[in-house]
Amino acid sequence: MEMVPVSWYLLLAALLFAIGTAGALTRRNGITIFLSIELMLNSVNLTLVAYSRMLNDQTGQVLVFFVLAVAAAEAAVGLALFIAIYRHRRTIDLNRMNLLRW
Amino acid sequence: MIQYLWLVPLLPLLGAVANAIAGPRAPRPVHTAIGVGAPGLSMLLSLGILWQYGTGMAPSPFEQVVYPWTVGELAIDVAFLLDPLSAVMLFVVTFVGFWIHLYSTGYMAHEDGYQRYFVYLNLFMFAMLLLVLGNNFLVMFVGWEGVGLCSYLLIGYYYDQKVPPRAGRKAFVVNRIGDFAFLIGMFALFSTFGTLNYQEIFSSIAANPAAVTGEYALGLSMAAFVALCFFIGATGKSAQIPLYVWLPDAMAGPTPVSALIHAATMVTAGVYMVVRSNVIFQLAPGISLLVAAVGAATALMAATIGLAQNDIKKVLAYSTVSQLGYMFLAAGLGAYTAAVFHLGTHAFFKALLFLGSGSVIHAMGGEQDMRKMGGLKKQMPTTYRTFFIASLAIAGIPPLAGFFSKDEILAAAANNGHWILWFVGLATAGLTAFYMFRAVFMTFHGDFRGTQEQEDHLHESPPSMTVPLIVLAVGAVTAGWVGISKVLTFGRDFNWLHHWLEPVIATVGGGGHLGEGGHEAAGHGGEAAHHLSMGVEWALILLAIAIAVTGILLARSMFAKRALEGEERLIAALGPAHRAFANKYWVDEAYDRFIIRPLAALSRGFWKVVDGFIIDGLLHLTSAVAEILGDLGRFSTTGNVRNYVLYFFLGIVVLLGWIIL
Amino acid sequence: MIETAIFLLFALLAVASALVVVLHRNPVYSTLSLVVTLISLAVLFVLLGAPFIAALQILIYTGAIVVLFLFVVMLLNIGREEISQQRGLVQKALAGIGALIFLGIVASSLWGLYGTTQVGPLTEDFVSLQALATLLFGEYLLTFELVGLLLLVAVIAATVLAGRLSKASQVSVPEEGLPGPAGGPGPTYTEHPDQVTPPEGVR
Repeated sequence: MEMVPVSWYLLLAALLFAIGTAGALTRRNGITIFLSIELMLNSVNLTLVAYSRMLNDQTGQVLVFFVLAVAAAEAAVGLALFIAIYRHRRTIDLNRMNLLRW
Repeated sequence: MIQYLWLVPLLPLLGAVANAIAGPRAPRPVHTAIGVGAPGLSMLLSLGILWQYGTGMAPSPFEQVVYPWTVGELAIDVAFLLDPLSAVMLFVVTFVGFWIHLYSTGYMAHEDGYQRYFVYLNLFMFAMLLLVLGNNFLVMFVGWEGVGLCSYLLIGYYYDQKVPPRAGRKAFVVNRIGDFAFLIGMFALFSTFGTLNYQEIFSSIAANPAAVTGEYALGLSMAAFVALCFFIGATGKSAQIPLYVWLPDAMAGPTPVSALIHAATMVTAGVYMVVRSNVIFQLAPGISLLVAAVGAATALMAATIGLAQNDIKKVLAYSTVSQLGYMFLAAGLGAYTAAVFHLGTHAFFKALLFLGSGSVIHAMGGEQDMRKMGGLKKQMPTTYRTFFIASLAIAGIPPLAGFFSKDEILAAAANNGHWILWFVGLATAGLTAFYMFRAVFMTFHGDFRGTQEQEDHLHESPPSMTVPLIVLAVGAVTAGWVGISKVLTFGRDFNWLHHWLEPVIATVGGGGHLGEGGHEAAGHGGEAAHHLSMGVEWALILLAIAIAVTGILLARSMFAKRALEGEERLIAALGPAHRAFANKYWVDEAYDRFIIRPLAALSRGFWKVVDGFIIDGLLHLTSAVAEILGDLGRFSTTGNVRNYVLYFFLGIVVLLGWIIL
Repeated sequence: MIETAIFLLFALLAVASALVVVLHRNPVYSTLSLVVTLISLAVLFVLLGAPFIAALQILIYTGAIVVLFLFVVMLLNIGREEISQQRGLVQKALAGIGALIFLGIVASSLWGLYGTTQVGPLTEDFVSLQALATLLFGEYLLTFELVGLLLLVAVIAATVLAGRLSKASQVSVPEEGLPGPAGGPGPTYTEHPDQVTPPEGVR
C-alpha cells in the first residue's frame, strides 16, 4: 500500500498559509481577518504534524498542543479588543481605523 | 650687550601686549609709560649694541639664532643678523621711532583710542624690527606682512569715519599685490638654493654667478626673475609706480603714524630689501635699469602732483613717494650706499616735516588745507623753525643732510652716463624745492586766512611735541655729514658711511648695460664710480644747488606775501597741466575703471553664480530631494494597519526568497 | 490507495473551505466555513498518526474558539461587508501577488528538499497517547505551566477589555470631562459612529 508522500502535506499547508495571508491582508472586516489568521495558524499546525511524522519525533505534536493553547488565548483577547473597539466606533471596518494617518 | 639683540624687537611686542592687557580704561599714564617706555628701552639697548658693534667689540656680522625651525627639508630659523646694513636700519628705526612715540603722547592726548593707538604702534615697531634684523627672507617677510597689518590698523584708526577704513583697506590690498610678487621671488630662490638665509644665498651666488644667469623663466635669467619679483614687491611697500596709490590715501591716519610708517620706516622697507639683495640685482642689469627708471619716473611724477595739492599732508605724502623714487634710482644704478644714505637722511627730515605739519594741524584744530592757513610763524616759532630746516634739507641745500645724499644720487646717474635719469633727478630736485617752500610760505608766512575762531585757538605745541621736533631737526642738519662724497672734499676721503657699508655690497662681475659702471660701483662698495673729472662734477653740484635755490626763491615770490594770488598765478601758468597734477593724473580713476570694476564684477559673478547658484544650489538640491522623498514617502503612513501588515509581509517574502533561493 | 483518496478528498475540502473563509462577504458564512476547514484538517491529522491532536483540534478549535467567534459576530451584529471599493486595489493586488510569490518560494523549496522523502509505516509508539503525555509532562513541563499562565493572562485581559465600563473601574475622569481648551467635556463613549472627538487641542 503506497503512502501519501509527506511532502504533499507540507505543500497543502503552504497553500493554506498563502490563502490565509491573502485574506488577512485583503479583507476589511475585522472578524474575517481574524479568521484568516486562524487559518494561518492551522496551516502551521499541519506543517508541524507532518514534520513530526517525517522525523518520527513526537515533539512536533507537543508543539501543536501549545500552538493550540496560544491560539485560543489570542482569539479571546483579540475578540475582546474587537468588542471594545466596536463600542467606541460602532464599526470594525479596518479602513476606518486610521487615526495615525498622515 | 649685543647678546641681547633679540630683546630689541621683543620689547615693543611686550609693550603692545602689556598695553592691550591693561585695557582702554587703565589710567593714561600707564598707557604712556608702557607705550613710550618700551620703544625707549629698545632704542637705548640698540644704541648700546650699536656702540659695541661699531667699536669692533662684537663680531661682524653678528648672528643670533633665537629658535631653529626645521620642517622636513625646510630649515628656516628665527634668527637675527646684525651687519653694517641692518645696523644703519636699526638706528634709524629705533631712534626716529622713539621720538615719534614721544610726540604721539602730546598729539593723541585728546583721543579716546589712546591705548589702542599705542598698542598698534608698538606692534608696528616689533614688526619693523623683525624686518630689518632678520637673517633670512622669511623673517623679513613676516615683518613685512606685520608692518602692512599695522599700517592698515593705524590708517583706519578713526574707524568710525567713512574715509579711513577705506584707505586702510586700499593700503592693505595694494600692498598684497606686491607681496604676492615678493613671495614668488622667494619661492624661486628657495627652489634653487634650498634656503632663504641671506648669507647662504649670497655667498652661493657670489661663488658661482653663472648659476643664476642662465635662462630661468619668462625669458629672464634667474637673477633677473627674482630681482623683478622683488622689485614689484618693493613698489608695493615703498609706493612706486604702479602701486603707489595707497600712500596719499594713507594720510587719513593720525599724523604721527604718517610720520613713522609712511615716511621714515615702513615705506623704506622696499629700499632695504633691494639693497639687501644687491647681489641678485647686480647680476640682473636690465632689471636694475628698470628699477632706476621707475624710480626716476615716480620721483618726477609725484613731485608734479605735489605742487598742485592744497592739503599739507598730501603734499608731504607725494613728497615721500618722490624721495623714495630717488632711493630706487640710486639702487637701480648700483649706488646702494647712496640709496641707504638718502633713506637715512630722508627719515629725519621727512619725519620732521610730518610731525611739524601735525603740530600745525593740532594748532589749527584739525584743519589741513593750506589755503586756510598763513602767518603761523608768529604763534608757532619752534614748529616754524624746525619745519623750515627740514624743508631746506629736503630741497638739498648744503650743509644740511639732504644735499649730501641727493647729490650722491645725481652723481651716480651722471657718472654712469645716464644723462636722462640725471636730468629727471635734477628737475625733480627743483620741483621739490619749489613745492616744499610753497607749503612753507603758504602755511607760515603772510596773513592768516582762516576763521577768527581758528585764529584764537592758535598756539605752540607742548614740549612733548616740540622736543622731538628739535631732536629731529638736529638730525636733519647733521645726518648728512656721515657720507660726504670724495668730490666735495677734493679727493680726501671723509665718506664714513661708504666704508661702513662696504662689506654688504658684493663684488660681483656684471655684464650688459650696467656692466662697467656696475662693476666699478660694486668694487667701490656701492659708491658711484667717478668717471667724470672733478671739474665737471663740481659744475653739476653747483647747478643742482642753483636749481634748488631758484625753486625756493620762486616759491617765495609767489607765496610769501599773498599766497592765494600766488596760487592763482601758478594755476594760470601751468594751464591744463595743473588740472592733471591736481587730479593725480587720474590714476586712481583709471585703476578703478579698468581693474577694480571688472574684478568686482567678476567677483560678483562668482558670488551669484558659482556660490549662489551652483554650490548653494547643490545644497538646496540635496535638501529638496530629501523633502520630495519625504513628501512622497508620507503617503505610506496611511494609518491603516492592513497596509502596514502588507509591508511587513512583503518584506518577509523578500527575505525568504533571499535566504532560500 | 484508500489513504490517498482520503487525503485528496479532505485536502480539497480544506482548500475549498479556506477559500470560502477568505472570500465570502458574510462573516457568519466565513466562520462556518472555517469549521469545515478545521474538521478536514483534523482528519488529515489522523492520517498523519496524531489522533490525539485531531481530537484536540475538534474539541478546542472548533468547539470553543470558533464558537466564540460566532458568539461575537452575533453579539455585534456585524453585517455584510460592503462591495469592495476601488481604493483598496493596490493593496489587494500586492497582497495577492505577494502571497503567490510566497507560495512559489516555499513550495519549490519544500519540494526540492522533501520531494522524495519516504516515511516508514506508523508504529504503535508513535501514535500512542502515553508517549505524548510523557513528553508533554516530562520534558516540556515548564512550557506547559507557562502556557497555563498565558491562558490565565488572556482571561483577565479579555475580561478587562470587553467588560462593561463600571463607574468604579473608570479612570478618575470627572463627569464634566477634562477641561479642554474649549471648556467642553472630555471624550465620551457614546456618540457618532465614525469618530471619537478627542479634546480640542489634540489633532
